[in-house]
Amino acid sequence: MPIRTGLFCKPRPRALLLTLFILLAPAMALASNEAVVGSGSEAVAWWVWPLVLLVVTFLMGIVAVLGGVGGGVLFVPIISGFFPFHLDFVRGCGLLVALSGALAAGPGLLKANLASLRLAIPVALIASTCAIVGAMVGLALPTHVIQTSLGATILAIVVLMLMAKKSERPEVRQADKLSSALRICGVYTEESTGERIDWKIHRTPIGLVLFIAVGFMAGMFGLGAGWANVPVLNLLMGAPLKISVATSKFLLSITDTSAAWIYLNKGCVIPMMVVPSLVGIMLGSFIGVRILRVAKPTFVRWIVIVLLLFAGGKALTKGLGLPFIV
Amino acid sequence: MSSEATAQEEQSEQLVYAKVLEIGMYIGLVILFITFALYVSRVVPSAVPLEQVSNYWSHGVHEYLEAVNDDFLHMEHPPTGWAWVNLLDKGDFLNFVGIAILAGISILCYLAIVPTLLRKKDNAYLAMAILEVLVLSLAASGILAVGH
Repeated sequence: MPIRTGLFCKPRPRALLLTLFILLAPAMALASNEAVVGSGSEAVAWWVWPLVLLVVTFLMGIVAVLGGVGGGVLFVPIISGFFPFHLDFVRGCGLLVALSGALAAGPGLLKANLASLRLAIPVALIASTCAIVGAMVGLALPTHVIQTSLGATILAIVVLMLMAKKSERPEVRQADKLSSALRICGVYTEESTGERIDWKIHRTPIGLVLFIAVGFMAGMFGLGAGWANVPVLNLLMGAPLKISVATSKFLLSITDTSAAWIYLNKGCVIPMMVVPSLVGIMLGSFIGVRILRVAKPTFVRWIVIVLLLFAGGKALTKGLGLPFIV
Repeated sequence: MSSEATAQEEQSEQLVYAKVLEIGMYIGLVILFITFALYVSRVVPSAVPLEQVSNYWSHGVHEYLEAVNDDFLHMEHPPTGWAWVNLLDKGDFLNFVGIAILAGISILCYLAIVPTLLRKKDNAYLAMAILEVLVLSLAASGILAVGH
């Protein structure tokens, strides 16, 4: 059997992924250049920006699925860094994009018993409440403060992605009292082996406290929080990786709902941005799932990390009023 | 009760939630796509002409709403909260119907599982579900919209 490493996929998928990355970079550069020239230029037809947004979010949707990240964590830093839209609208749009992805995936994950409603409900109550507070604070603070904080948060997420390990099935010797009282446990079937796996969690109180911060940041930055949900559920609370990823995805449909309403009621939603983004991310996710079967996640994860590094650096320098490469 | 029957009983509210979520998601998406098509095809005229939207989206939301109101809507106050309901004859604001459905479907899902939780006398989760409905409804109400 041939030995393959994470960097050496089959030639065709690797070429496709490189092409995606090469397409995404100039698309962002073009968007950034147009933003410098002036978003109100009469020379740019009204449909150009929505079309560019559709293409970029389509590529983003593919990369997000392959890289194991949510659409929100790519959308907000990249779109706010390289497009002429104000951060208020980018955050509102980002939340709706992440919400739509979660709504699309949620029913299937719940029916397959991969997303756990019993695990999600207490977490969602805390996270959604704090997301409201985060959204209100985020909309009250000056833009450059949010931009700088966003940049720093994105760079911290990159560090988290580089350092955090994942545990397929963490060892949980005994469920804690809170999770036992709430009967937060379950059984799922591992598709690849047909094995039925019982799971339970521990450190529930600490986990719930962490979701205060997760929810707050989700609301403040419009990021979606999947990047934080999974480590907390998997590494801290001990839920199996599949349960953690699926429940995290489902959780976004509740956490992002609360924050999205704050942005929506404030007026931070422009349909000309939202609908193309939504369509792009969903189509991209659809394609990404199909490519996932043949792609090597490690290689794509590096693409995501590089993109986030670039976008985080751009956001940070933008917030601080410093020059950047693009 | 056998362990499998117990597991299925535990999952009953989960399946109810999933069903309501699925239906609501499809309805919201279909409506959103239809209203967007009506908007960009100009079948329903928009408040802000399509060619001029890009003149405003680089401003912060407060400036955006003031400018749009001054230039096109001429309302007493810029449209925040649920004011869009009065502007459904405008193509751009018509899109808010689908957006509101997608944003609001989780509230309906929680309400849908309340009878199941009552039947099972699962008081802790019943309380959490009701609290969540209150939290999401408060967010949706517009009461918390931050003003300047």
